[in-house]
Amino acid sequence: MAIKFEKVTHVYSKGTPFEKIALNNINIHIKKGEFVGIIGHTGSGKSTLIQHFNGLLKPTEGTITVLGKKLNDKDTSLKEIRQKVGLVFQYPEHQLFEMTIFKDVAFGPQNMGLSKEEVEARVKEALDMVGIKEDMYEKSPFELSGGQKRRVAIAGVLAMKPEILVLDEPTAGLDPKGRDEILTQIQRLHKTLGITVILVSHSMEDIAKLVDRIIVMHKGKVALNGAPVSVFEHVEELEKMGLAAPQIMYIMKALKEKGLDVSTNILTVEEGAKEIASILKKQK
Amino acid sequence: MFRDITIGQYYPANSLIHKLDSRVKIIATFIFIIDLFIANNYIGYGITSIFLGIIIFLSKVPIKYMLKGLKAIFVIILITGALNIFMTPGEHVLWSYKGITITGEGLYTAGLMATRLIFLIIGSSILTLTTSPIQLTDGIESILNPFKKIGIPAHEVAMMMTIALRFIPILLEETDKIMKAQMARGADFESGGIIKRAKSLIPLLVPLFISAFRRAEELAMAMEARCYRGGENRTRMKQLVIENKDYIAMTIIAIFTLIMILIRFI
Ligand SMILES: Nc1ncnc2c1ncn2[C@@H]1O[C@H](COP(=O)(O)OP(=O)(O)OP(=O)(O)O)[C@@H](O)[C@H]1O
Ligand SMILES: [Mg+2]
Repeated sequence: MAIKFEKVTHVYSKGTPFEKIALNNINIHIKKGEFVGIIGHTGSGKSTLIQHFNGLLKPTEGTITVLGKKLNDKDTSLKEIRQKVGLVFQYPEHQLFEMTIFKDVAFGPQNMGLSKEEVEARVKEALDMVGIKEDMYEKSPFELSGGQKRRVAIAGVLAMKPEILVLDEPTAGLDPKGRDEILTQIQRLHKTLGITVILVSHSMEDIAKLVDRIIVMHKGKVALNGAPVSVFEHVEELEKMGLAAPQIMYIMKALKEKGLDVSTNILTVEEGAKEIASILKKQK
Repeated sequence: MFRDITIGQYYPANSLIHKLDSRVKIIATFIFIIDLFIANNYIGYGITSIFLGIIIFLSKVPIKYMLKGLKAIFVIILITGALNIFMTPGEHVLWSYKGITITGEGLYTAGLMATRLIFLIIGSSILTLTTSPIQLTDGIESILNPFKKIGIPAHEVAMMMTIALRFIPILLEETDKIMKAQMARGADFESGGIIKRAKSLIPLLVPLFISAFRRAEELAMAMEARCYRGGENRTRMKQLVIENKDYIAMTIIAIFTLIMILIRFI
């Protein structure tokens, strides 16, 4: 088991008039090697949830177990947990600070106390993964475009080689090509290294395409939890929460209503195209 | 972490004190502070504490919340207290060791000073706890307005204060976020000697400054885009009006001042 939440509640500014229950009695299990998507309306508690994964936030109530270690135990080293659970924050480009890209990515591995050679190897590998070329290494991170900064920031976490990778809206504000590149990279990491990935996203399309399981957050609670097909079946519920199903599902539904006998359990455009083509062939 | 700092943060509630005109509250607080320096004995401070107690009760701000602000300046109170105890010369020597003496007079002044400081903080935090930043700056602008003729830029001063006040929580939030992001990369802000700790602040301060400048620039641009051009001929959505309760409040603070003067000089 990678991550286990038992009755976790988080209250911000407890005991003041600004008190806010951000998580309310959350119970979730995430298995090793799983690719989990978290969706939810703005303010539903997604970012709060994932900051519990590596002990940056402590639950007001309940227990969290990460990679077999209880986080509120005294002898659990949070430093170790933070190396194993790599967390890429929303807008991670705002955390860059070093003089050069190379040094910035090296910050994490250096804090782990690795040898100089190992740090260098990891930085190169991580920057390569996100598509930053060698001739950029000595540039200042502040000269980069927003999307490039984002990649450097993600590399900064990848260089720590986490066992669990958590990404909070890694593609918000990127162009379609940059988005695809980053997502493909994440998918590859998941497939080749078998690491557990948890992805927060507002894009139903991305989620549908990538993940094994979806957790839907609503007002601090888990509203739905299951495989993409079964979660997106609840279109009406999702819409009430300010979410939606992937566009292609709506198209398939409309086609069905118009009399074309297609399956409506289709999540990606590719699957949809195949389905329509095969039905049309049959009709001929 | 950082969001929990509450010194002087507005505490929304529906109380008589909250509803007073902000100008009245600002001036009353000012007078109250002067009164604190007029009073110089324990009878005066006894009456002051009753007066403060009634106001806190009326303001509906929990005592606990108000005292939380005091914690932050506890060290300052201790230092002034200690300085007074050891530095005040006097005849009633209570304790003496190698030239360091504690006198009865010293203890007395230290007590008075500490009380004065505590009352000062509580008095001024009642103002900020019961007045929203917008009302506060509106009030200051309105008080400064008559001085425009002698060249005091009332509107600009008020605008600068509004922006500064508005930015405090934003910067605290940003600090919190960047700190967490760097901690996720293994940064350690808590352990090590002074040099190591100062060094460990670099990954926090650099992004923080950059974001502060970026925000300032964005704000300036947004203000320009909405044709901001200073206070000339601007009208307000909420006009400040003096009502009966404000007159009553002014009368009460005047009576309080009178009592303080009487106690001191009689
Ligand atoms: N540090 C904080 N102090 C107080 N309240 C907070 C804090 N951080 C978040 N909140 C509140 O907790 C709730 C959940 O916030 P959270 O950031 O987890 O939402 P989110 O699902 O990540 O939203 P988004 O999609 O906009 O990123 C919100 O109502 C927010 O206002
Ligand atoms: Mg969020």
